[in-house]
Amino acid sequence: MAIISYREAVSQALREALEEDHRFFLMGEDIGPYGGSFAVTRGFWEEFGPERVKDSPLSESAIVGAGVGAAMAGLRPMVEIMTINFSLLAIDQIVNHAAKIRYMSGGQFSVPLCIRTVTGAGASVGATHSQSFEGWYASVPGLHVVVPSTPKDALGLFRSCRELMDPVIFVEHILLYGARGEVPDGPFKIPLGQAEVKRLGRDVTIVTFSRMVHVCLAAAEQLAVEGIQVEVVDLRTLRPLDMETVVHSVRKTRHALVVEEAPKQGGFGAEIASQVQHLAFDYLDGPVERVAGEEVPIPYSMPLERLAIPDPERVARAIRAQLGR
Amino acid sequence: MTAIDRQRLSKNQLLGLYRQMHLIREFERECERQYTRGHIKGFLHVYSGEEAIAVGAISTLEPQDYVVTHYRDHGHALARGVSSKDIMAELFGKATGCSKGRGGSMHLFDASKNFMGGYAIVGGQLPVATGLALASQYRGENRIALCFMGDGALNEGEFHEAMNLAAIWKLPVIFFCENNLYGMGAPASTTLIMHQEIYRMAAAYGIPGAEVDGNDVLAVRELMLEVVQRVRGGQGPYFIEAKTYRLRGHSIADPANYRPPEEVSYWQSRDPVPRFKEWLLAEGQASQAEIDQVGASVEQEIVAAAQFAESSPFPQPQDLHKWVYEEGQA
Ligand SMILES: Cc1ncc(C[n+]2csc(CCOP(=O)(O)OP(=O)(O)O)c2C)c(N)n1
Ligand SMILES: [Mg+2]
Repeated sequence: MAIISYREAVSQALREALEEDHRFFLMGEDIGPYGGSFAVTRGFWEEFGPERVKDSPLSESAIVGAGVGAAMAGLRPMVEIMTINFSLLAIDQIVNHAAKIRYMSGGQFSVPLCIRTVTGAGASVGATHSQSFEGWYASVPGLHVVVPSTPKDALGLFRSCRELMDPVIFVEHILLYGARGEVPDGPFKIPLGQAEVKRLGRDVTIVTFSRMVHVCLAAAEQLAVEGIQVEVVDLRTLRPLDMETVVHSVRKTRHALVVEEAPKQGGFGAEIASQVQHLAFDYLDGPVERVAGEEVPIPYSMPLERLAIPDPERVARAIRAQLGR
Repeated sequence: MTAIDRQRLSKNQLLGLYRQMHLIREFERECERQYTRGHIKGFLHVYSGEEAIAVGAISTLEPQDYVVTHYRDHGHALARGVSSKDIMAELFGKATGCSKGRGGSMHLFDASKNFMGGYAIVGGQLPVATGLALASQYRGENRIALCFMGDGALNEGEFHEAMNLAAIWKLPVIFFCENNLYGMGAPASTTLIMHQEIYRMAAAYGIPGAEVDGNDVLAVRELMLEVVQRVRGGQGPYFIEAKTYRLRGHSIADPANYRPPEEVSYWQSRDPVPRFKEWLLAEGQASQAEIDQVGASVEQEIVAAAQFAESSPFPQPQDLHKWVYEEGQA
């Protein structure tokens, strides 16, 4: 067991891939001598050389598309899109090409491409740099969408992503890079499609992912003082989606709250709510509730930004209301 | 056409080029018939009038090279040797199609020919081709990527990104623009500022550019022979503009009434298929009997393709979800 940061976990995951298999290489904007916008690839360029740590032009579409082509040719490109906001400039390559080539070619070609990117608000970087689009990508058949909340999950999930023959969007949260946590020694892996109960409780189930896991754990701490036992389920991957773990928990607690950072309307949480009511209707003591981002572009000013995204107080309030306490 | 000496093509090879061009033309005619009969659905963009490009260009490649193209892709697939049966079956939506019925006219694929796909998002194929070339460079392989596009693709951001990326990384890719003067109904003169000299746009990316008569199969071949050698030799990407013309509308649904009749008849007089045939006859490279023989064999091939497509089964309902992910992954 070692205690490392989320940044170190991702970094280690990439390093292992580069060390173990020459088919892996990195492409991205300023991932070379600069070390990556979030310093994940610091030192890589010096260690692995410019052929395998390819500093690219500011061309999101071209580098993702080049990743698609290289993957079709049998390589294992790992492309860094600086933040998920900029992935919109590559969405054609992600959605129309990466996600569909296996299917449209009748299984003749596969696209084992890993796109790493950074999601989330809370860094005071304004509306264009603070969005959470992982839920959008989760609506695309052909993609895998991975949203780790801890260093252990980041490392274990990435090790599984490496083995996939289909494209992955690996979504790191901008505020989690410094978060530290225990990581088992040895080559452990976490398969995609396995949610994890991050906290046990008997009164209500929170279903969430990425940084909101920590927000919900903090809310659970507060509520525990009041005698409310909250169970927190971390989805860990949005596609594939593990509803079994969610339903198992809801059957026990009989209450479900879905928490996400993106705006509520059309958010991924609506999908969870829909599936919970379908799969566990008879076990529910009340409606599935949701806490999500406000219907607003993320404001710059810090007091406003705090209002725009869920925090532990809002989550706790929602649960008190839900349980009538 | 004096290119023949330099290309040192045998009579057989010349006749082979002619056969491919004629096959594409007749294949597209059959597609239009089958569309009318309701066997082919959706969009149907035929390649009639542009045969000299696919045939001339692809004939200069090696089997290990990659071919990537846009949605008007039947001609490129046939020129690459994808079986006419498999293509026709694909257009019919059959399980035996070259994309197993999952792709359709605009998304033909054939891994066995390194035919890496028809791409139906205008410009979307350029980054993909760039990546195929990158893989070749990364592994030190002797293969290049040939990427076709329409003139419309030059208006897309992906074109500019891919050109620059290929140039800055010196990738072995040939970008080949089929300038047929229109993107759907819009004349390039109203959409692309450099429409008269598209090939010169390449200079802005530090990529050499050349233009060629896209209705002259030997001219296309000759230019490509030189370009392929250069690109294979590691000198980075190359850009080619071939001027040509769609003899039909944008798709089968388009009567193309927006085109001036003089323009259409001018280009009809430059139709690459009869033009090459007449040249073969005039130069004594083929006899009328040989031309007739090609005609008969192509006719047979088309009939066989249509029969194969018609008699093939549709994909099984239980296979709807097959190939979304690798087998065993959800
Ligand atoms: C990104 C995108 N925008 C619009 C379309 C619709 N569309 C299909 S073909 C076409 C015209 C393309 O013209 P060109 O590239 O010159 O090819 P041509 O049809 O002339 O061979 C358009 C606008 C599309 N498929 N993709
Ligand atoms: Mg055109």
